[in-house]
Amino acid sequence: MSLLSVEELSVTFTARGRKDATAVDGVSFAVDQGQVVGLVGESGCGKSVTSLALMGLLPRKGVRIGGRAEFDGQNLLTMSERKLRDMRGSQLAMIFQDPLSSLNPVVPIGIQVTEILERHRGLKGEKARKEAASLLDRVGIPDPARRLKEYPHQLSGGMRQRALIAMAVACAPRLLIADEPTTALDVTIQAQILELLKELVDQEGTALLMITHDLGVVAGLCDEVNVLYAGRAVESAGRRELFAHPTHPYAHGLLGSIPRLDAPRGEPLNPIRGSINDKIAWADGCAFAPRCDHYTMECLTGTPELTEPRTAGHQVRCVNPVLPTAEVPA
Amino acid sequence: MSLLELDDVKVHFPVKKGLFFDRTVGHVYAVDGVSLSIEAGQTYGLVGESGCGKTTLGRAVLRLNDITDGGVVFDGTDLAKLPSEEMRAFRRRLQMVFQDPLGSLNPRQNIESILSEGMAAHGIGKDQTERREKIKDILAKVGLPSNALSRYPHEFSGGQRQRIGIARALVLEPDVIICDEPVSALDVSVQAQVINLLEELQESLGLTYLVIAHDLAVVRHISDVIGVMYLGGLVEEAPSDALYAKPRHPYTKALMSAVPVPDPEVEDRRERILLHGDLPSPANPPAGCRFHTRCPWVQETKCATERPPLLDTGDGHKVACHFTAEIEAGTVKQTLATGIEAVTGTETVAAEAVEVSEGETETEVPAADAPEKAPVTVPAQADADAKEKAAAAEETGAKASDATDVEKETADATDEASGATEKAEGSPKA
Amino acid sequence: MTILTNKADKIDRLAELTQSSEAVTGTSLWREAFRRMRSSKMAIIGAVIIGAFVLVAIIGPWVAPHGPTAQNWRSEVFPNQGKFVGMRGENWFGLDHLGRDMFSRWLVGARQTLLVGVVSMLIGLIVGALVGVLSGAAATLGGKAGQRVDTVIMRFTDIMLSLPSLLLAVSIAAVLGQSLTTVMIAVGVVQIPIFARLLRGSMLVQGGADYVLAAKAVGIRRKRIVLTQILPNSLSPVIVQATLSLATAIIEAAALSYLGLGNPDPAIPEWGVMLSQAQRFFDNEPMMAAYPAVGIIITALGFTLLGEAMREALDPKLRG
Repeated sequence: MSLLSVEELSVTFTARGRKDATAVDGVSFAVDQGQVVGLVGESGCGKSVTSLALMGLLPRKGVRIGGRAEFDGQNLLTMSERKLRDMRGSQLAMIFQDPLSSLNPVVPIGIQVTEILERHRGLKGEKARKEAASLLDRVGIPDPARRLKEYPHQLSGGMRQRALIAMAVACAPRLLIADEPTTALDVTIQAQILELLKELVDQEGTALLMITHDLGVVAGLCDEVNVLYAGRAVESAGRRELFAHPTHPYAHGLLGSIPRLDAPRGEPLNPIRGSINDKIAWADGCAFAPRCDHYTMECLTGTPELTEPRTAGHQVRCVNPVLPTAEVPA
Repeated sequence: MSLLELDDVKVHFPVKKGLFFDRTVGHVYAVDGVSLSIEAGQTYGLVGESGCGKTTLGRAVLRLNDITDGGVVFDGTDLAKLPSEEMRAFRRRLQMVFQDPLGSLNPRQNIESILSEGMAAHGIGKDQTERREKIKDILAKVGLPSNALSRYPHEFSGGQRQRIGIARALVLEPDVIICDEPVSALDVSVQAQVINLLEELQESLGLTYLVIAHDLAVVRHISDVIGVMYLGGLVEEAPSDALYAKPRHPYTKALMSAVPVPDPEVEDRRERILLHGDLPSPANPPAGCRFHTRCPWVQETKCATERPPLLDTGDGHKVACHFTAEIEAGTVKQTLATGIEAVTGTETVAAEAVEVSEGETETEVPAADAPEKAPVTVPAQADADAKEKAAAAEETGAKASDATDVEKETADATDEASGATEKAEGSPKA
Repeated sequence: MTILTNKADKIDRLAELTQSSEAVTGTSLWREAFRRMRSSKMAIIGAVIIGAFVLVAIIGPWVAPHGPTAQNWRSEVFPNQGKFVGMRGENWFGLDHLGRDMFSRWLVGARQTLLVGVVSMLIGLIVGALVGVLSGAAATLGGKAGQRVDTVIMRFTDIMLSLPSLLLAVSIAAVLGQSLTTVMIAVGVVQIPIFARLLRGSMLVQGGADYVLAAKAVGIRRKRIVLTQILPNSLSPVIVQATLSLATAIIEAAALSYLGLGNPDPAIPEWGVMLSQAQRFFDNEPMMAAYPAVGIIITALGFTLLGEAMREALDPKLRG
C-alpha cells in the first residue's frame, strides 16, 4: 500500500462564459514512504494543478475534480475542508516556486515558523522559539536565532527557500510536495537546495513529490518519473529506465532537445516541432500527435492506453512507441 | 582586429537619495572592469548567475546603459564616446534579442509595424511595399508564416514570439546580435528550436553573436568562446570545449558541478562543489578577489586584498585567480572545509557553513596574519533571484537598511516607478 | 515504414482535429477589449444609461411639450404660501416655483448638463494629457535635464492636487465671474493634475518595459518611441479616468451651480441650477429637487459603470 496513490485524477476549470478547460485529464501515480517521485512536463501539462488539487488548494467554485487520491487510506479529494486543513502542515506539506510570495512579507520568519509549531504541535513560547531556531539550523540557515527576527525581504532567494522548507518540515510531514522549488534560484543555490531535499528524504523517510520542468533535476533526484503532456501521463518509469530508454516520442524528443553540458560543442539538437498549443483533445486521440514524427491514423482514434512495450513497470501511452527497431530511421 | 572589443568596461549605477535634488551616496558596481574581444562570425557566450552583471554588460555594448568608463570598440569605432545620434545609426549594425519574448514586443503594434519601424528609422527600403517584401523574406527565414504580418504579439506562442524578436533584429541586417537569455523564458522543447534557428542564421548570414545566459549547458552548446562572470568581472574565459574539459577557476568549477545533467548515470557519479552562502551585493563587492568570500580554496594571503587579473594561462584559456596553478597541483588546501563533497555525504554542509554569516553589515578584511579561521564576514546579501538590473540593488537597499535608520529612508524615498535601471536605491557602506 | 501510409488522410484528419477558431487577421488589443466590453453586463447597463442620457440631451429641446422658460402657469403656483402643483396629465413632473413645466425644463436641462460634463472633462483631459505627456516623456527619455523638468512639473501638479478641488473651482469661478463657461473651466482645471499625474505615472511604467528598450535598441528616435510605443500603451487608465471623471464633472458642475456660481441666467435650465433653485422650496415641494437629482445620479452611475467595465476590459492581466 503506497502512502499516496492517485488514480485517474482529473481537474476541469468551468469558468462561467468560457469553454471548460481540462488541465489534468486522468493522471495516476503512487508515492511510497521515503520515495521521490517526479512529475515532469512543460508549462501547461497540468503538473502544478495536480499538486494544488492534492493539497486541496484549488478554489471550490468553478473547478470540477474527478478521480481518487488516497493518502494513507483516506481520499484527499473528498475530505472536509477542516480535516484537510489539519492534514496540511502535519501530514502533507508543500513548497512553492516563488519563496518570496509564499511568505508573509510583514511577519518575521520566526513568527511564521512558530505559528506552525503552535498550531500543529502545540508548542508554546520559548519552546516553540527554540524549536524554530533548530529547524532553521537544520535547513542550513546560519545564525538562526538572529534570522528568526528578520523579515522575508531581508533574506536572499536561497535563504527564503530554505526558510520555506523549514516551515514545510516543521511537523515532520509524511509527504512533501515541491512545486518547482528551485526554478527561481541560481544553479549554485539550486544545488544547495536539492542537496537539502535529498537529505530530508534520506534521513526522515519523507516521501517527496517533485514537480519540475527540469529533466536534469529529475535525473539526479527522483526514483520514479512520470512525464506529463497536456494533462496526462504519457510515460512512467524508474529514473534509470526512463533516461536510458525514453519510449514515448515526447519523452524521447524532450531528451533529444536539451543541450547537455557534457555533450561536445556542435552536437545538433533535435527539437520537437510546434508548441504545446498544437494539440488535439485526448478524446480524439493522442494529444501529442500533431507534433509527433511517429504518428499514424491509429493515433487519431481515441485516447491511447498505457502499455508496457519495453519492460514491466515502464508504462507508455503510445500506439507507436520509440522501440529499438523504430529508432533506426527508414 | 576583432569585430567587437570591450576594454575595461565599467558600468556603475549611482545610488541616490534626496527629496528634491538627488545626491549620489554610492554606487552599484554592476560591471566593474570587463575586457573581452569577439571575432567576426564567432559566438561569445557570457555566463553567470543573476546579479553578476552580464545583462548590464550586454546592454552597455548597445549603450542602452550609460558606460561609466572604458571602451567598446566596434569595427574600429569606440561606441562609448559616440554622440547619441551617431550611436543611434550604429545600432543598425548591433542588434539585440531579449529574454522576455512577450514583454519585448509592443502589445499594440502588429508584427508588420514592429518589424518595419526599425527599417524606417534607418532608411532601409524605399516605401512600405518594399519593406513588406523584405519582412516576408525574413519571416520565412525565421520560420514564421507570412500571414503573421497583420497579427499581434499576444496571438503567438512563446517560441514564435522569440522568432519575431529575432526577425526584428535581422531586418536591419546587423553584424552583431546580442542575445540576452534568448531561450530561458521558453519551454524546453521549444528552446532547441530557437537555438537551432540561431545557429542556422549564423551560418547563412555570417552573424556574430554575444550570447548572455545563466544556463551553462545552453552557452556551451552554442558558443565558441565562453566567459564566466562573477560579481561584475570575468573570472575565466576559454574556448567552449576547453572550459568544459578543464575549468580552472574555483567558481567555474562550482558552477559546472552544479548544473544538472539529464542523465542519472552522470548525476550519480558527479561530485558537487557546494558553495556556501549567496552572492554578495554588487553595491558593496568584497575587496580583493570578488569570489574570496565563497571560495573553497580561499587563502590567507592575497585573496582578500588583491584583485587577481585575468591572465592567459596558455591556449587562450584566461583565468583570474591567484592560485590556479597551486590548486591544480594540489599544493594549496581547501580552507572552507566542507566545500567539496560527494553527493551522498552532505550532512555537515549546513552546520559547518564556516563563518559565512550573511547580512553582516561590516566588511572585515582579514589581515594577512589573521588566524586560520578568521571570520570572513560577507556584506549584505544580494537577492539571488532578483533579475540583475537595479532591482537587485533595490533589494540590497532594503536589506542593508536595517543597519541604520537613516539609510532606511533611502529605500523609502523611491520615486514611484522611476526607471529602476537608472536609479538604484540602496545603501552603500562607509 | 508504416508511418508514412496514407499521408493525405493523416493530414486531413489532423487538420480537422486541430482546427482552431483563430482568425488569420490579427485582433488588436483595442478590438479585443471592445469584444470583452460587449459581453460585460456592467458595460451594457452603463452604455444604455449613457445612450438614453445623450438621446435626451439631443432631442430634449424638440420633444419638450412646453417652453422651458415660459411661465405658463404662473397663477397656479404660490411658492410663498407653499402651494405647488405636483404631477398631473398636463405637466408630468409638475410645476416649479415660477409656474414653468418641470418636465420640459428637465429635458432641456439634460443638454446643458451633458455639455458642462463633456467640455470640462475635455479641458481636464486635453491639458492634463499634454502636461502628462511632457512630463512622462521628459522623465523616461529626457536624461538628467528631463528629470529636472519632470520634477518641476510634478511638484506643480502636486500643489494643485493638494488644494481641495471644490475650493479651487470656487476660486476660479470667483476670478472669472459667474457664467457657464466659468463652471466648465473651473471643473476642468481641477481635473488637470489628475490626468497629468495618471498619464505620467502610466508612461513611467511603460517606459521601463522591455519593448521600449527594444525600440531603443533598434534605433528608433526618441520622439517616435514616445509616440508609437509608450503613449499608446499608457492610454488605457486615462480613458477609464476620462469616463469616470465625466460623472464627477457633472456632479461638481451641479455643486458649483448649486452654490450659485453657475449660469447667471437662472431661466436657462441645467440640472445643477434646477437643484439649487429647488433648495429653497425643499420643505414644500421635495419633488422639485428629486427630478434633477435623480437625473444627475443616474447619469453619473452610467458613466461610472462604463468606466469600471472599461477598466476591466482594458486590464492586460485579464487578457486571454
